[in-house]
Formats: sequence, C-alpha cells, structure tokens
Amino acid sequence: MKAFTYERANSLAQAATASTKPGAKIIAGGTNLLDLMKLQVETPTHLVDINRLPLDKIEDTPEGGLRIGAMVRNSDLAADLRVRQSYGVLSRALLSGASAQLRNKATTGGNLLQRTRCTYFYDVTKPCNKREPGLGCAALEGFNRMHAILGASDQCIAVNPSDMAVALRALDAQVETVDAENTTRAIPIAQFYRLPGDTPQIETTLRRGEIITAVTLPPPPAGKQMYRKVRDRASYAFALVSVAVIVDAAGGKIRSARLAFGGLAPEPWRVASAEERLVGAPASEKTFAAVASDVLAGARGFGGNDFKIPLTRRTLRAVIAEASLT
Amino acid sequence: MDEKEHRGFRISRRTVLESGTVTAAFMLGGFPWIGLTAEASDAESAISPINVELQVNGVLHRLTLDPRTTLLDALREHLALTGSKKGCDHGQCGACTVLLDGRRINSCLTLAAMHDGQPITTIEGLADGEALHPLQAAFIEHDGFQCGYCTSGQICSAMGMLSESRAGAPSYVTENLGEAQSALTDAEIRERMSGNICRCAAYPNIVAAIRQAAGTPT
Repeated sequence: MKAFTYERANSLAQAATASTKPGAKIIAGGTNLLDLMKLQVETPTHLVDINRLPLDKIEDTPEGGLRIGAMVRNSDLAADLRVRQSYGVLSRALLSGASAQLRNKATTGGNLLQRTRCTYFYDVTKPCNKREPGLGCAALEGFNRMHAILGASDQCIAVNPSDMAVALRALDAQVETVDAENTTRAIPIAQFYRLPGDTPQIETTLRRGEIITAVTLPPPPAGKQMYRKVRDRASYAFALVSVAVIVDAAGGKIRSARLAFGGLAPEPWRVASAEERLVGAPASEKTFAAVASDVLAGARGFGGNDFKIPLTRRTLRAVIAEASLT
Repeated sequence: MDEKEHRGFRISRRTVLESGTVTAAFMLGGFPWIGLTAEASDAESAISPINVELQVNGVLHRLTLDPRTTLLDALREHLALTGSKKGCDHGQCGACTVLLDGRRINSCLTLAAMHDGQPITTIEGLADGEALHPLQAAFIEHDGFQCGYCTSGQICSAMGMLSESRAGAPSYVTENLGEAQSALTDAEIRERMSGNICRCAAYPNIVAAIRQAAGTPT
C-alpha cells in the first residue's frame, strides 16, 4: 500500500469537506478499497473513515417504502424482515454476493461504488483505460469471459460486479447524497451509473465531495420477485449473468414485469421495450423469445464472452416462466 | 484518541523501530516492524503514526501503528497472536477470519485504526483455559482439517455463522426468506461457510463438526 494519512469523521460535514481534498477517499467497509490499495490500483493519500457516522438505520418512509442508511451492512440489509418479506429480490441478490464475512463489513453505499473485477483493471502491469485513461484496453483482445456484451465501448468492456445494484435497479431505488455545502440530492438509480464511452474512469454521476447518505426504496411493487444468478460455482463467485425480476401475472397472462440484469454491462441493465412487450402478454415461449431479443438488442461478444448471449436468453426464459406461474 | 498530535511528525525507520520497541516490550514479543518492511523505507513516505487501542480477547492493547496496518497484521505482527492466518490477504480465503463485536469479518481487509476500542475475538480467545470451545473439540473429533492452516479461520467463521443462524439471518439457499427462522441443514452450513476455503478439502468433516457443535441431530 502507498502511504496515506487517516482521519475518522465525526460528522457528515467533516467527511464531505475532508473528501474534497486532493487524493482523499472515503472508506466505509473497505472490503473493495483496501483490496485495490494493496495492489496499488487505488492510491489515496488520505483516508476518511465514516464507520462511526450514524447512517446505519433502516427506516420506514411515509410513502410506505424504506430508507436504508448508507452504512447499513449488506448482511443486516439482507436479514431485515421488512426487506425479506416485501423486497425479496434485494435480500436474495445481497445473499448471492460475496461471502458472509464480506457482507458483514460491506455497506450499502460502498456496494454501489465498488469497482469492476476486470482482471486487467486489477493487474497494474496491463493497459487499462479505466485505471489510467489512454493506456488502452487489454480485455478487448484478452481473456474476456467475464466481460460486457451490452453498453461497452471500444475503450472499456468491464462489467459492474454488484448484485445489490441489479435488484435496486429493478426496484427503482433512489440514491440520496449530501455534499460539503450541505446540498442534498436524490438520484434515481437509473441515472446513478455512467456508461464508459470515452471516459471509463468516470463510473457514476456523483460529484466530488458528494457522499451517499441513504438508498430509498419506493413502496413494494406488485408481483413475484426473484433473483437468479448464474456463475461458475454455486457460491461466492461473481455473476456471469444475473436477473432480477418482478412479475405480476395471473391465469397465464402477465400484467406487468420488470427485468434488470447483472454481469452483462458496465451498469445494471434494464430495457424498457422488453418490459412493455410483457404487459398483457401471455406467458408463452413466443413472448419469452421476443423479450429476450429486446433485451439483447445490440449485444456483442468479444470472443471469450460470446456464450453470454445464449446464456442470457435461456436464463431469462427460465426466470420469467417461473415468476409468471400463479 | 487523537491522531492529530502526530501530524507533521515526519517518521523515519528508526522512529518506527523505537516506538515499536516500546510497544513490543509492553506486548511481550511482538514484531511490530515486520508489517512495515519495504514501505517504511520509501523516502517519499511521510507517515504520521497513529495511536490505536485494540481490545483483543478481553485485553486492551495500546499500539502506535502505521495507518496502513491491517487488523490482521496488527494481531499477528504487533500482538504476536498468530492464530489468525494470512492466506490470500485479499478477502478470498477466510483464513484471517476474526470476530468483531461477535460478527465474523476478514481481518486482512480492514485497517486496525478503524477498530479503535471495539471488541475483537480471535481463535486464541475461544478456549476457557484448558477447556476447548465446543467447536474446537468438534473439529478435533471429526478430523475437520488436514494441514490446519485454514482451521482457525474456519472455527471463528463457524462461531459467527452459528450466532447469525440463531438470530434468524437467512442465506442464499434459504427457501422461504419471509420465515423468521430456518433449519440449519448441511446445505445451509455449506452455503454459509463458503467464505472459508480449505485447500485440503476437509469440507465433509468441517460440516460434520459444525453440525455437531450447532447441536443439530446428525
């Protein structure tokens, strides 16, 4: 690790101000940041520890939803009975990620900001535009089995590794923030991440000094919630493809559906036309095939990850079929 | 504690060793400089050491540490508690698992400074004198290891896992998330212990040992 100074924040204002200093970084659970610092992928010169800030509550909102503090640990969020009973897709997505030890540490805010696990991003001896813009992308011609088939650019084909964010995308969550001037924002999760384009190093729409304080969930949507994760081993592995679905169906007919995907793109992926096609449609093979084509419009493999296209099609078919059973 | 009093104090390798010696004398045989090799000699580094109070297995330790010191390195190199192992040092193997306020975490992926004043339990803190903890006894009885390198992490992890399970926390394989409590089946034990890798693949015996310690029928 490169040398850094350490500061424990006693207030949000202190943390926001300290985080605007050059080279400063916020540390929450630290499970991803310290991993990257050991490899010198991340080299902050000042760490601002927000672990003692009182952002660890899950509260009911007046609208009938939930407000999840940024420091709520992934394990506590997954185990909360309100989440398990009304937002099962979120609980299941969280439980599918990492290990119990990591979930006990990892936070809601930190999970949203975790970096890609692209092996070339992690390997400082290889070119990576996300780590150092202008160097090139070793994954394009390299071992790209885990990489994106949607939303990528010729600068970067890394995927967002979060399971939690996929469920939050399906649930239309909002990310609440505050900055050093005490200005607050509520960012819809659909507008939280940025596609790589020519600036793969910029991953979110957060501004410098802006700190995540909470994630809010609207009231629970109607329908059955599921999270299906396809991976190389049964536990403790990143997704090749994952699908968060919320399907409201009766008598073989679908009333409404939401589909969000992980493992396919630089951000949790959702396609409005696919969901619109499902409204009022019969739960049939013909419907599933058409929906998969909507989701995969513009999909492109890079050799090692070509298999993700048929894998997405089959996973989607299986999950919608199961979710629309009544 | 106030780390600010050390601000602007440009540390040299000698200073690290001297302050370390004081700690070592206090700690009986710690080797506080080991975690600082290579990095401390970096002429670019102007590290302000920080004071950290670690409460490990019920004993309070006052340490002066490079901010980079992970909790694992503080335990092993400064407190000579070498029961917690460094396997991958990246949170992938679980050999470094300790209990922070009763909850299992990877001690390699957190900084000692972040846990000032918080109660930490390591494998050294489980036995009651000469009497082994039931999990330790069960691992011996069921031969839950071969080389033993992952064992302290497995046992600390199992400690945390059993209290999570008793508190009703679900896992990925829990069928009905809405139920407040689910049975601790072998499938549940395996999923809940997936953060602890055993290179000797003693998994069937590890599951048997945990099953026994959990008090579930075999």
